[in-house]
Amino acid sequence: MKKTNFTAHVIINIIFIILCAMIVFPFLLLISVSLSNEQDISKYGYSLIPVHFDLSAYKFIFKNPQSILDAYKVTIAFSVLGMIMSAFAMAMIAYPLSKRNFNGKSFVSFYLFFTMLFSGGLVPTYILNTQYLHLADNFWIYILPSLVSPWFVFMMRSFFQGLPAEIGEAVLIDGGNEYTIFFRMVLPLSKPVIATVSLFTFLGKWNDWYVSMLYIDNNKLISLQYLLQRTLENLELIKNSTFMNKEVLSSMQEIPSETTRMAMAIVVAGPAVLVFPFFQKYFVKGLTVGSVKG
Amino acid sequence: MRTQIKTKPLHKIRKLDRNQLYLWSLCIIPMIFVFVFSYLPMGGLVLAFKKYNYSQGIFKSPWAGLNNFKYFVLSSDFTRVTWNTIYMNFLFIVFGVATSLFVAILLFELRSRNVTKTYQTLLITPHFLSWVVVAYMAYAILHPQNGFLNVIIQNLGGQKIDWYLKPEAWPIILVIASVWKCVGMDSVVYYAAMMGIDSSLYEAAEIDGANKWQRTRYILIPCLANLIIILVILKIGGIFRADFGLFYQLPRNVGKLYATTDVIDTYIFRAMRVNGNIGMSSAAGLLQSVVGFLLVLFTNWCAKKFDQDNALF
Repeated sequence: MKKTNFTAHVIINIIFIILCAMIVFPFLLLISVSLSNEQDISKYGYSLIPVHFDLSAYKFIFKNPQSILDAYKVTIAFSVLGMIMSAFAMAMIAYPLSKRNFNGKSFVSFYLFFTMLFSGGLVPTYILNTQYLHLADNFWIYILPSLVSPWFVFMMRSFFQGLPAEIGEAVLIDGGNEYTIFFRMVLPLSKPVIATVSLFTFLGKWNDWYVSMLYIDNNKLISLQYLLQRTLENLELIKNSTFMNKEVLSSMQEIPSETTRMAMAIVVAGPAVLVFPFFQKYFVKGLTVGSVKG
Repeated sequence: MRTQIKTKPLHKIRKLDRNQLYLWSLCIIPMIFVFVFSYLPMGGLVLAFKKYNYSQGIFKSPWAGLNNFKYFVLSSDFTRVTWNTIYMNFLFIVFGVATSLFVAILLFELRSRNVTKTYQTLLITPHFLSWVVVAYMAYAILHPQNGFLNVIIQNLGGQKIDWYLKPEAWPIILVIASVWKCVGMDSVVYYAAMMGIDSSLYEAAEIDGANKWQRTRYILIPCLANLIIILVILKIGGIFRADFGLFYQLPRNVGKLYATTDVIDTYIFRAMRVNGNIGMSSAAGLLQSVVGFLLVLFTNWCAKKFDQDNALF
C-alpha cells in the first residue's frame, strides 16, 4: 500500500513537471531569442539557449524608448483610473441590489442581466462610439464603455448580501441614511470583493489591444499590447496589401528585426507576468465565489 | 409589506421613502452608462436592415430589407465561418474540460499544499498574458524559417514547414494555445469543488481498500458530475461566440488560413473594418446575437431541468 502510494506520487510529480515545463517553455524561448545575436538567428534559427549572448536588441529598444514609454503611460493611466471608476460604479449599483427592501430590485437586476444575454454586437457599438459619441481617438474610450460589468456587479451583490443586516439597521436607528451605510459601513467591510473585482478589471484593461485597434489612430494614445501587436504585424502588413492603413505606413522605416521583436514582448509582458501571480489568491477567489444569479 | 408600513408613525414612512430615493440615486448613474453603452447599440441593430451611409447616419440611411442577410447567408463565407465557430468551440470545450479536470484531479492527489501551490501558480501564469503575447510565442515556435519547431524538424532531417500556409494544422495549434492559456484557471473551479467533497467518503473507501484510481473513478468523478455537466451545458450556450483575440492574433490575419481559422467574430470585424461593409457585418452580428441568445435560453432551460440550483438564471 505504502509503496504504490509512493510510486503514484512520483508519477504525478513527473506529470506536473512536464506540464510546468510546457507552460514555461514559450517564456524561455522568447527570453532566449531576445538575448540572441541576429546573425545566429538567421544561421541556426530560434533556440532555447542563445548561441552568443547579445543585448543589442534591448539596447536598440532603450535607445529609442519614446513609443514604449508613451504606451506604458497611457496603459497605466487607463488601467488604474478605469479600475477605480469601475469598482466604484459597480459597488454603487450592487449595493441597492443587495438590499431586500429596495423597491427597484427585480427591475434593476433584469436590466443588468439582460445585457449579459443579448448585445448589439460590434458594428452598432462601433458606429455609436465613433459617429455619435465621438469617442474615437479619445482616452475615455478605454474606460467609459466598459465601466459596468454585470458579472462583477452580481459578484459584489452576493458579497454585500452576506454582510450582517444589523449593521444597516443600527446606522438607521442612529439617524444615518443609506449613504452613510454605503460609504461608512459597506465599502470598508467589502475590501475582499472590491479587491477581487478591481484586479480582474485591471488585468482586463492592462491586456487590452482590442479597444486600441478599433478606435485609436493617434500613436500617443495606443495601449501597450497594441503597440506590441503592431510590432509583430509590421513585416507582415507590407506583404498583406489588403490591410494598408496610415499608421503602418508612417512607421515603415523602422521594421524591427526578430530579436528586437521578442525583446519588445519581454519588455511589455515581463512586468505583468512578474507582478500578477502575487495576486493569484484574489483571482482564484473571484472564480470560486458562490452563486451569482440574476 | 404595505400593511406594515401603514402601522408605522409618519416620520418613519418619510424616512423609508427617502432611503428608497437614496438607493435609486446610487444606482442611477451606472444605469445610465449601461443604457448608453449596452442598450443603445441594441437599437443600432436596425442597421442590419439598412444600406448604411456614413453621411446619412443610422436613421436616415435607406432601407435594404433583408438584402444584407441574403448576401451574408448566400455567400460562401457563411458556411465556413459558422462551421469554424461551432467546430472550434466544440474542440475547446472537449479538450478544455478534459485537461482542466485532469490537472485538477492530479492537484488534488498531491497532498502537500506547498507543492500544489507552486504547480498551480505556474499553471495559472499564462492567464495573465494577452493574446498578443501568446501570438508572439506561437510565432517564435512556428516561424517558417527560424521557428523552434522547424529547427527541430530540420535537425531530425525533415523539411521546414510554413505553418502559416497550412490551414489544416491550425485547429490543433489553436486548441493547444487555448488549453495552454486556460488550463490553470479552469482547473481551479474543479479543484475547489473537490476540496468541498466530504472527506469521510474518501477515508471509508481507503479503509475498504480502494486505490487511488478507484477512489477517483468511483468517488471524485461522480461527485463532480453535476458540476461538469452544468459547466458544459453553459459553455454550449456560448458556442456561437468565438474568442476574438485567439482567432485574430494567433493566425495573424493571414488570408491563407481563413479556411480553418475564420470565425464569425473575425469575419464581422473584417467585413466592417477592412471591407467597410456595414450592412452585411451588422446583419451577421444580429444573426449571431439572436441565435446566441436563443441558445443561452435553451441551454439554461436544460441546465434547470438537470439541476435546479446550478442554472444560470
